[in-house]
Amino acid sequence: MSSRLQVEFAGVPFKNPVVMASGTFGFGREYADLFDIEQLGGISSKGLTLNPRSGNEGIRIWETPSGIMNSVGLENPGVEGFIAKDLDWVNSLDLVNVVNVGGHSIEDYVQAVERLNDVNLDILELNISCPNVKQGGMNFGVKTDLASEVVRTIRKVCKHKLVIKLSPNAENIVDLAKACEAEGAEGISLVNTFLGMAIDINKRKPVFNNGYAGLSGPAIKPIALRMVHQVSHAVNIPVMGLGGITNWQDAIEFIMAGATVVQVGTATFMKPDKALDIIAGMERYCEENNIANISEIRGIV
Amino acid sequence: MATVLKNIAVSDDFYLLKASGKFDGKMGQFCMLRAWDEYPVLSRPISIFDCDDEGISFLYKVVGQGTEILAQLKEGDDIDVQGPYGTGFPDVKGKIALVGGGIGVAPLHLTAKVLKAAGNTVDMYLGFQSEALLKEDYEAVCDNLIINIGGYVTDDINPAEYDYILTCGPEIMMKVLYNKVKGTGAQLYVSMENRMGCGVGACLVCSCKTSGGNKKVCKDGPVFKAEEVFADEQ
Repeated sequence: MSSRLQVEFAGVPFKNPVVMASGTFGFGREYADLFDIEQLGGISSKGLTLNPRSGNEGIRIWETPSGIMNSVGLENPGVEGFIAKDLDWVNSLDLVNVVNVGGHSIEDYVQAVERLNDVNLDILELNISCPNVKQGGMNFGVKTDLASEVVRTIRKVCKHKLVIKLSPNAENIVDLAKACEAEGAEGISLVNTFLGMAIDINKRKPVFNNGYAGLSGPAIKPIALRMVHQVSHAVNIPVMGLGGITNWQDAIEFIMAGATVVQVGTATFMKPDKALDIIAGMERYCEENNIANISEIRGIV
Repeated sequence: MATVLKNIAVSDDFYLLKASGKFDGKMGQFCMLRAWDEYPVLSRPISIFDCDDEGISFLYKVVGQGTEILAQLKEGDDIDVQGPYGTGFPDVKGKIALVGGGIGVAPLHLTAKVLKAAGNTVDMYLGFQSEALLKEDYEAVCDNLIINIGGYVTDDINPAEYDYILTCGPEIMMKVLYNKVKGTGAQLYVSMENRMGCGVGACLVCSCKTSGGNKKVCKDGPVFKAEEVFADEQ
């Protein structure tokens, strides 16, 4: 691999700009058995909360045209469980270690982030947008003033590089991103899943126990791309773009829209090492178009 | 990428597909099958019916978009066979009964074959709604084949006769069996089903509640001790 894909994000060097999206890759162990995950740029961990969570009851995944809806409900071992079992392993890999943190109250966020202050990681990605958990992230990610409050509070306690993961369900995603920047976030990632719904017409009930669930995959790509374009042209901090990226052409589009790093999520379910195909394709594209470094085309659209 | 060696309709909506390649498929494991590019998004988890030097076979029922595409495959077509994945049936010893219902009979073929080859006595109780699937194939891999059409296969078995009972089928059937087996001394293993995403234990959409906390059907299972998953149920 040449240096064509090397980028820097908020001062963190990436050997290539492809990160596995939170919730689709666990902590990497399962996929490490299947392919050389050190060829990736980084991994964003399964979303962690202060305490372990067993997640939602009922159906958790539903296929849609060109996408999937999920309602996992942040099943995770908690920050302490992650530190005890997986953190050292992730840190031992030649990868950017992005640790994703969610919460149900500002106090939960603060305690989880404070605990993570004691350990090594590269970037802390704050999930203010998971739409799955009742009374959860949704509120913080929809209203600009609530997002500002949580980012302001977390920025004061967080010793790590802080990236805020935005919800596409935000009332005004550009204003919300600007507020995150103003409160001291070092980067933005977007978008999380879109709130969707499916109904079981035989039972005459929603498919998901929570009623609504998060839509991801190729179905959301055009909207995600538009939001990444808007946000990355409105802020001066770097952006990780995601939402339905399935092939290298999609990834290049997100870079041209203004993303420094891209995240691949749902596509991994098509083929475990889909992200490696994306990296290879991006490299080839740069080579064929005499692009010495991918940053030359960042935000050119 | 594997090649389809054969793909035949064995009954209405039920197909037997064999793909080329050397696979270390174990009893009760599954593969993620895919014969399309990007859409539908998810690959399809399908139990291993048989596995030999020539390739790996899957008995499947057409239930939706993915299996409809699989059913159209012809000899020589490409198919992506990811896996084998999951924790299947244990390599038990003794007098063994395999109880299957509907398409749940699929993983019991390889299971019977392996357990019988290891010198165990293997009886099979298979229940179908209207028509037995691949009767001769099942007969060839067990000592006694008991088929039930249209009734309750769980009525046919006396659990006290067995050391181990392994089952796969509708959850209601497996629960009935669990209640019947309880207290007989036979040990029951069940193959659970759930909607899957990644198939490898990363995405947690197939979590199931067990006495030991949440477990992943795709990785910790699909096979569990019955009391781990049904102990709280009536």
